[in-house]
Amino acid sequence: MTHTSDLAPDLPPDLAPAHEALEEASFLRDTVRAFRRNRMAMVGLAFVVALVVCAVFAPWISPHDPYRVALDEQLLGPSRTYWLGTDNFGRDVLTRILYGARISLVVGIVPSLISLAIGAVMGILSGYLGGRTDFVVMRLADMMIAFPSLLLAMVVMYTLGANLLNIFLALALVGWASVARVVRSQTLALREKEFIEAARANGTSRSRIMFGHIFPNVIPTLIVLFSLSIPEAIMWESSLSFLGVGVQPPEASWGLLVAKGKEYMFQAPTVAIAPGIAILLTVLAFNFIGDGLRDALDPSMKD
Amino acid sequence: MTASDIVLSVRDVTKHYRVGGGFAGGPAKVVRAVDGVTLDIRARETFALVGESGCGKTTLGRVMLRLQEPTSGQIDYRGTDLTGLDEAAMRALRKRLQIVFQDPYASLNPRMRIGEILAEPLRSHGYGPPADIRDRCAELLEMVGLRKQYLHNYPHQFSGGQRQRIGIARALANNPDFVVCDESVSALDVSIQAQVLNLLADLQDRLKLTYFFITHDLAVVRQFADRVGVMFLGRLVELGTTEELFAQPLHPYTMLLMSAVPRPDPRQRGRDRPMMQGEIPSPMHLPSGCRFHTRCPFAQEICRREDPSLQAIGSRAVACHFPLSG
Repeated sequence: MTHTSDLAPDLPPDLAPAHEALEEASFLRDTVRAFRRNRMAMVGLAFVVALVVCAVFAPWISPHDPYRVALDEQLLGPSRTYWLGTDNFGRDVLTRILYGARISLVVGIVPSLISLAIGAVMGILSGYLGGRTDFVVMRLADMMIAFPSLLLAMVVMYTLGANLLNIFLALALVGWASVARVVRSQTLALREKEFIEAARANGTSRSRIMFGHIFPNVIPTLIVLFSLSIPEAIMWESSLSFLGVGVQPPEASWGLLVAKGKEYMFQAPTVAIAPGIAILLTVLAFNFIGDGLRDALDPSMKD
Repeated sequence: MTASDIVLSVRDVTKHYRVGGGFAGGPAKVVRAVDGVTLDIRARETFALVGESGCGKTTLGRVMLRLQEPTSGQIDYRGTDLTGLDEAAMRALRKRLQIVFQDPYASLNPRMRIGEILAEPLRSHGYGPPADIRDRCAELLEMVGLRKQYLHNYPHQFSGGQRQRIGIARALANNPDFVVCDESVSALDVSIQAQVLNLLADLQDRLKLTYFFITHDLAVVRQFADRVGVMFLGRLVELGTTEELFAQPLHPYTMLLMSAVPRPDPRQRGRDRPMMQGEIPSPMHLPSGCRFHTRCPFAQEICRREDPSLQAIGSRAVACHFPLSG
């Protein structure tokens, strides 16, 4: 290539490969480093990892059978056999919480993923296409946000029946609108960027621009929204179960445990309080992770 | 000059924006960003469009490629009126009409590798199997003086000059014949600027390109352009070859623009240089008559009343009641 001899690349050639290897993963690495520096986020992460392990291995690590009824051991206080006491059927509260973690975590993660997926697609369509699409999608979202969400979720659960699948449905229905709004506003900003205009000038199709160019730039936001919507979904499930339209007995979910336990508040307070504390700690842990991720993914917050 | 010499011709193109107005904001105001521009771009020339910021030169460049829809007027590309094309036909033609952007930091998607950025236009136009696309991307990088190993890197790993080269490579992916360079070197250091200009000139020779070069930098124009158009408040006020225009500007605005270029000689500082008066008028409230009369040192009564049209004077054209000498 003689004609480019006067156009030497700005980097000395022998330095370049090392430079490349060094820089390759720098965005990810910076993010991980910033996240690890955040102590609260790391505590939250440790708690969540421990919780996931407990939930997965519940049948092996829990001290008792979660469904075994022992009427002669009702409402016992904490003891060496029953660390957190027993409920009104004589079932071990700790075991029930460990099993409840399975449902509560699944209910936290699955509906969040669904509402994130719907919200991201709606938000990008609305923000990029604008006009009538934007109007229709955003008015739908307004309706969702204006309607009392708990009522909406209860209506869904009541009419479709109380099972896990309908909980997912109800929570996704309530959750997508706020995701769509955030993604839309980001899309509006991205749409004006020159690299999007360049894609248009290249003859790139609209769908490819939306999902090949804009979507990857929205991912950091989605990660943060995901970590923040998990605790929300856990709270929602707890509320629904507490109100009797969520998970049905004898299944154990944390909300249900609190709901059933409250009747024995004075005889055996741990029956209601222990799962309540489990909800509190889990929600806190996810919130810490979410805050940490938000800061770590924001380039302006680094150092 | 035969019709086939003309690559792109702009016929009385306007682009108006509505500002404000609507629900309770009172009547909308209209910004006349481009207001009746007619010009022909000849094959393999470099046509420079100069003017102050806000004069509509970037808008005109975007409208020429239909990245923005013109409010009225025609854009003919080798006999095809672009304004009449549907989306599919326009997308197909985008192979031939390209753009290099101003800001090399904003014009590359930060989440895509260079290889993906360069492959995008090839894929959009069905270039061929993945192996061919990969080869073409490597070839493009080498064409702009970068190493093909860079295909796996992300934009943030490059300097401004390198990024601008990548932007050029992307524009050239499908062998265009008309390229809009929108302030393509003004964000770069002067030394890098010269490198990129040399690269552009070199590529023009090899690939038979036609450039529409939007800039505010007269030094770049003088070095690089064959013909120059001077734009003021949405109108073309003067048109001519670079030599003619720099030797003897016809429009007072052109003359004042040239006298505003700083001279690297302290003894010449401030010597008999007529300066422009006042601020550039708002494109929302255009002055009556000639748009330049509020700032023109030679303005007469007629300038306040009548809007001069672009008149040919020999091979040149000027929109002024009192051209400086012609």
